[in-house]
Amino acid sequence: MNPNKQEYTITVYTENQIGLINRIAILFSRRKINIESLNTSPSEVEGIHRFTIVINETEEVVRKLCRQLEKQVEILKAYYNTNEEIIWQELALYKVSTDEIAEKVKVERLLREYGARAVVIRKDYTVFETTGQREETDRLVSVLEPLGLIEFVRSARVAIIKDSRGFHEKLKEFELAEPGEEVVENQYLNEQDKVFTM
Amino acid sequence: MADITTTATHSKPKPADAAKSGSPAPKGKAAAKPKPAPRELSGSAAVLEAFLEEGVHTIFGYPGGAIMPIYDALYDYKDRLNHILVRHEQGGIHAAQGFARTSGKTGVVFATSGPGATNLVTGLADAMIDSTPLVCITGQVFAHLLGTDAFQETDVINITTPVTKWNYQVTDATEIPAVLAKAFYIAGSGRPGPVLIDITKNAQIQKFSYEGYTKCEHIRSYRPKPIVRKEYIAEAARLINEAKKPFILFGQGVILGKAEKEFQAFVEKSGIPAAWTILGLSAMATDHPLNVGMLGMHGNYGPNVLTNECDVLIAIGMRFDDRVTGRLDKYAKQAKVIHLDIDPSEIDKNVKTTVPVWGDCKETLPLLTEQIEKKTHPEWLAKFKDLYRQEVDAVIKDELNPTTDELTMGEVLKTLNELTGGNAVIVTDVGQHQMVACRYAEFHQSKSNVTSGGLGTMGFGLPAAIGAKFGAPDRTVVAIIGDGGFQMTLQELGTIMQFNVNVKILILNNRFLGMVRQWQELFNDRRYSFVDITSPDFVALAKAYRIEGQSISDRKDLHSALKAMLDHNGSYLLEVFTGKENNVFPMVPQGCSVSEIRLK
Repeated sequence: MNPNKQEYTITVYTENQIGLINRIAILFSRRKINIESLNTSPSEVEGIHRFTIVINETEEVVRKLCRQLEKQVEILKAYYNTNEEIIWQELALYKVSTDEIAEKVKVERLLREYGARAVVIRKDYTVFETTGQREETDRLVSVLEPLGLIEFVRSARVAIIKDSRGFHEKLKEFELAEPGEEVVENQYLNEQDKVFTM
Repeated sequence: MADITTTATHSKPKPADAAKSGSPAPKGKAAAKPKPAPRELSGSAAVLEAFLEEGVHTIFGYPGGAIMPIYDALYDYKDRLNHILVRHEQGGIHAAQGFARTSGKTGVVFATSGPGATNLVTGLADAMIDSTPLVCITGQVFAHLLGTDAFQETDVINITTPVTKWNYQVTDATEIPAVLAKAFYIAGSGRPGPVLIDITKNAQIQKFSYEGYTKCEHIRSYRPKPIVRKEYIAEAARLINEAKKPFILFGQGVILGKAEKEFQAFVEKSGIPAAWTILGLSAMATDHPLNVGMLGMHGNYGPNVLTNECDVLIAIGMRFDDRVTGRLDKYAKQAKVIHLDIDPSEIDKNVKTTVPVWGDCKETLPLLTEQIEKKTHPEWLAKFKDLYRQEVDAVIKDELNPTTDELTMGEVLKTLNELTGGNAVIVTDVGQHQMVACRYAEFHQSKSNVTSGGLGTMGFGLPAAIGAKFGAPDRTVVAIIGDGGFQMTLQELGTIMQFNVNVKILILNNRFLGMVRQWQELFNDRRYSFVDITSPDFVALAKAYRIEGQSISDRKDLHSALKAMLDHNGSYLLEVFTGKENNVFPMVPQGCSVSEIRLK
């Protein structure tokens, strides 16, 4: 594997449009890039959707991908960040047999240790839930597996960008017929000195 | 994919959503226009009204079940909209491309659902990669039948997503005016491209209260062009003023930006030699003293060699295609690169830029011209001339004035230039004849070279020539096509016959799929694998379509035959037999650097 590859989280602000998810997905599949995780959700702005996409790639590829994303008519903006630049979480659900779990584990301790909570407790089964990063949700899997983990599912990553001031102000710029400074920002402006001293 | 969740966010947008984001309150001129009283109109008629509002007069299309309501409405618009019935939807879309390329307007296509729509895909891909503005309307089955494998149902939106700038399915007639306005705005603005609108049959039939048409001028999620950043202009000007061996590469962006004058002013003030990509050809007169020729695999010797010697490379409206750059890691590494492009995703895509000038070259070029010093570069220019002389000796001399018995494609072009004075529109197909035509055709006027550049679509030539003639009705249109490509879309002879389209068809027949044969000769030890193609009697075929023609193979007949073709009142087919195993040179072999270009 290319040592320059690392995990990037791409945050895409879009209009709500049928088929847009396909338009986004094919930009990745065309380049044979595996999407590790993909989440769509509302954003802080009403009517604007937010895709969170995780891939393992080099910075150059990710930058070009974001340009291609922004080129799509219904996409307003695409950001990419390393793991250090974001706060991120995933949610996981675990279904186990209630008998098994009640007999063999101190449930209380389990919940405390893994930050889990019981969502449903029925006679036949119990569903636990945890949120956290991959290693954290994985750890509970390894504990529950010997106890006959019936079902396990984990959600895609959702992430907050540490540096972001949100999309409200930006959207106002986009809504203007003439773009302002915010909208035309690009990497060259931000890294002007670096670019010109080449 | 490891994990995917789509929470219930993709709720169905309300029918008016597409309209909402696209058309804010009309302003300026549009606001002054009094709103017409609402009237009842069908979705189909609303499509045609939109065409009239957008200044469309010519439609290339083919009817079928799912688009019948639109064709029924068209019956009442026959006096205002000229519909050209093609023989195949692929022919229709290539014709629309030819129209767009010579007219500078958006081409319009009709096709029915299912096979009609899938037949558009090659043309969409071609228009996408060559930035050609198109609006394609496809019929679709009734909305309630979507997803049921109904007769002639295909998921056109998903099939065409990768090859359209934008596409949208209309299931409600009330959406039509705003969606069409968006379609024309998106197709023609920024970096142009094809748009496809799929309209279900119920929406075509549906009557609604039509409140007039408002052109789209703004979509919040779409920025066709940015504000030009003056600091980059200044930095680019500084580099140009300090350069000793600057070199300009220009592409179709100059033509699409309608910036030919601005470009010429820039070139002349800077005194910098300029070379073109095949889609940039004709943006600048071929005999301009600073026009040093063609870039790329079969381009001229000097421009290729000196790419790796220049100190500042100024790329204008071009995208560093691999056929232009050859091996990227040995491409212009010594040069500082200034890249002017309207599409930010092109900047740094293939070649790392020193100074990016993101913007419409119609705006950026004059700003740049203002800040550069008036200069000449006689010594540097002399290098191009020296290398050109070498190319003449090694290649061009024998190509244009051959001593062999067999005709060369180059001499056909030379004679054609003499007869047209370089004032014709030249449409080409794909292959050896295309490279020879681009290398030797003379042009004095922009929008005169129509060819399939990025996709390399064989079969493009004949239908594109039909469209090119409709786009430039007062000009002579010559379609130069190989014996292979002609057989891919020759059904369009029927369109030429029915609509009396005055195109001159010049078939350069070398009885081979010549370009593939050339590669097999050079790189596969002459293992000629399935490149030997048999052709019908093209002249007899033309005759069956009531098109005059003749076939020649003797040098002594060349001039008179070409003259007869050009002088003929109406369409004409001239077949010229050329040397079977002639090669196109110079050539940058695949995987080689541009400076490793071979003269033989």
